[in-house]
Amino acid sequence: MSAFEFLLQGLATAADPMMLLYALVGVTLGTAVGVLPGIGPALTVALLLPVTYRLDPAGSLIMFAGIYYGGMYGGSTTSILLNTPGESASIITALEGNKMARKGRGGPALATAAIGSFIAGLIATLLLAFLAPTIVKVALVFGAREYFALMVLAFVTVSAAFGDSALRGLTSLFLGLALACVGIDQLTGQARLSFGVPELLDGIEVTTMAVAMFAVGEALFIAGQRVQVDEEVTAVRGSIWMSRKDWARSWKPWLRGTFIGFPIGAMPAGGAEIGTFLSYAAEKKLTRHPEEFGHGAIEGVAGPEAANNASAAGTLVPLLTLGLPTSATAAIMLAGFQQFGLQPGPLLFATNPTLVWGLIASLLIANAMLLVLNLPMIGLWVKLLKVPKPWLYAGILLFATLGTIGANPSSFELGLLLAFGVLGYLMRLFGYPIAPIVVGLILGPMAEQQLRRALSISQGDWLYLIQSPIAATLLAIAALALIVPLILRARGKGEMLSQLAAEED
Amino acid sequence: MKQFVLASLFAAATALPAMADYTIIAPANPGGGWDQTARTMQTVMQEEGISKSVQVQNVPGAGGTIGLAQFANQNKGNPDTLIVGGYVMVGAILTNNSPVSLKDVTPIARLTGEYEAIVVPAASPIQDINGLVEALKADPGAVSWAGGSAGGTDHIAVGLIAKAAGVDPTKINYIAYSGGGEALAAILGNQVTAGISSLGEFEAQIQAGTLRLLAVTSPERLEGVDAPTLQEAGLDVTLENWRMVAAAPGLSDEQKAKVTADVEKMVKSENWQKQLADKGWMDTYLAGPEFEAQLEKDVAATGAILKDIGLVK
Repeated sequence: MSAFEFLLQGLATAADPMMLLYALVGVTLGTAVGVLPGIGPALTVALLLPVTYRLDPAGSLIMFAGIYYGGMYGGSTTSILLNTPGESASIITALEGNKMARKGRGGPALATAAIGSFIAGLIATLLLAFLAPTIVKVALVFGAREYFALMVLAFVTVSAAFGDSALRGLTSLFLGLALACVGIDQLTGQARLSFGVPELLDGIEVTTMAVAMFAVGEALFIAGQRVQVDEEVTAVRGSIWMSRKDWARSWKPWLRGTFIGFPIGAMPAGGAEIGTFLSYAAEKKLTRHPEEFGHGAIEGVAGPEAANNASAAGTLVPLLTLGLPTSATAAIMLAGFQQFGLQPGPLLFATNPTLVWGLIASLLIANAMLLVLNLPMIGLWVKLLKVPKPWLYAGILLFATLGTIGANPSSFELGLLLAFGVLGYLMRLFGYPIAPIVVGLILGPMAEQQLRRALSISQGDWLYLIQSPIAATLLAIAALALIVPLILRARGKGEMLSQLAAEED
Repeated sequence: MKQFVLASLFAAATALPAMADYTIIAPANPGGGWDQTARTMQTVMQEEGISKSVQVQNVPGAGGTIGLAQFANQNKGNPDTLIVGGYVMVGAILTNNSPVSLKDVTPIARLTGEYEAIVVPAASPIQDINGLVEALKADPGAVSWAGGSAGGTDHIAVGLIAKAAGVDPTKINYIAYSGGGEALAAILGNQVTAGISSLGEFEAQIQAGTLRLLAVTSPERLEGVDAPTLQEAGLDVTLENWRMVAAAPGLSDEQKAKVTADVEKMVKSENWQKQLADKGWMDTYLAGPEFEAQLEKDVAATGAILKDIGLVK
């Protein structure tokens, strides 16, 4: 049978009413647990995997696919509505998504996230099905120096997301980079900046930091405003559906996000968040509405959300073709596959085609089910914004705390949550952007480790970094992205000076 | 809103362990070997009726020493809590200067184990373990090894190999990766000279011919594995990456006997054996005084090699 026939057969199996029910249950459970801040897809899948054991392989796979996509998607809902990203890949979604929600455009934000996730999931799953063996060969070319070059590119482009003041953005970024040094150095096993506190040996947990900065900091900031200006409740302004204009502004970011997120997800050390950063930076550069960025631009939700979901499918490429679990979620999925005697690896597509294509068909069905479940739910979700502020923020604090403690039951972690919450409050108070500090915490260790690995492999030869064509190209793009704006600014000197003056205030 | 109620129920379930016969602490993130061991124990104990309800709690961090410290401090004399651990923890306790060690808990039994495998990419000019050892002797820095975290089992194995070959262990060029997956990608991508990890991580690749297996760290040849042991190659190194289960400190003799009996019942069940076979884990069950003696030996040997590599002063 050809690949296509296998896929059709898989789809036919998955279209059985009972199977559709399993998919619905999986998606519902996955979304429900995924919306909790601090509980990312990995823990969601770990908690819910035993639910699938009782079913036959087909039913189990399909429910499992639902849980996976549901968990990935759940995080974006809270990011948009409550400014509390459930995991690092939906941090960027909170930037524009929450601004949209506050302007009463929560409906379109959720819709563009859901439809973008669906389209990205669909395209990426098809790419997975037909191109996985090819893609993985390309992904393996990426070694330490190529990853380092990619991180440099991410740093340069993401600095576009730093808001209005470069000085404040960079301050926030370097704070994040400094915090990223805390913990055991991966390459030598030596503890850095942990001051003898054992809980700091593993560094600062990105989700704790993100939840603290976004959710707790925000709640404190709201509570700290002396005059409780009764903002008009703008739960819904205009239609809760996407307008024609929203569609026109969303479809390109969806596609771009997909093609940025999928290959990065397929790289063994890529990480879903890098794709969302790059997608956001790309949308900000390409948009016709640059003035809206930072104030709720729909492109800034559509692109990163698509990238996020595409990279979730991308993660399956090394998992299925090499047996390489490249994320915690993938490692749990590997355990799940082993329940059916499915041993992912280079021979999987040859030895076990029915199950593999069954899984891919399940992913497609689960993806569609996610859309079916979530579009009608949007009306319900946005009502959440009508909850009076004191209740809403009390609720956010409760869920942030529960999520953190659920993921990492330690009083120290709670202390960190509070401390970073206060830091987030102060940063808001003095007008420093929040995102760069989290970005620094994520990118810092990746860039450092890859650079040191590369230098260790080359025994200290720096030229090694530019001797690979891929690394050299990526570094050149990064250099251009850095230098070109400088030249442009230098040409219009007066303009630049006025800009500098604006930045100084 | 319904979603939120459901969600909060789930959160409550994870945050506050309900009344359970056993709570098993997995001192690592979901997905890793310890987490999977704990969750497999959970399944088997429940299905075999050894325990009505088993909770698994992840307390990740610092090679398991965070979970270990929390476990030892909070559960003194509590016979209902167990912790999963392993060889990696032995090294982590030493490198992290952990105030709590395996002496502060009650080791019950070794459950499973895996041997380490040394591989090179299929395209590598190195054909056998002797070739690798010669390259190492010629220029230790030029041989880069990809493996798991610094000071972990893989790193220790490389240190032992260098020492046995008469090479200064502080000169080895060990590239630490987080988790086996990333290291495997580096080996397959021809980024490093050689790779080292548990045999199971490489098995599918070896079968597919993309990796060449040079040697394993078992004392004798393994069934169905076409590679010599390090000892056959003239290197006096054997190493097993084992996983164990321990109970809380301060248990009475009866309490300890009860836990040991429950674990033994689990290990002897067909269900457990099937799970091990599915996951490709070896049954290396060892309990009682034999296990305690073995543990002591491993701790002493690990301390010595970590000093040689220069990770422990």
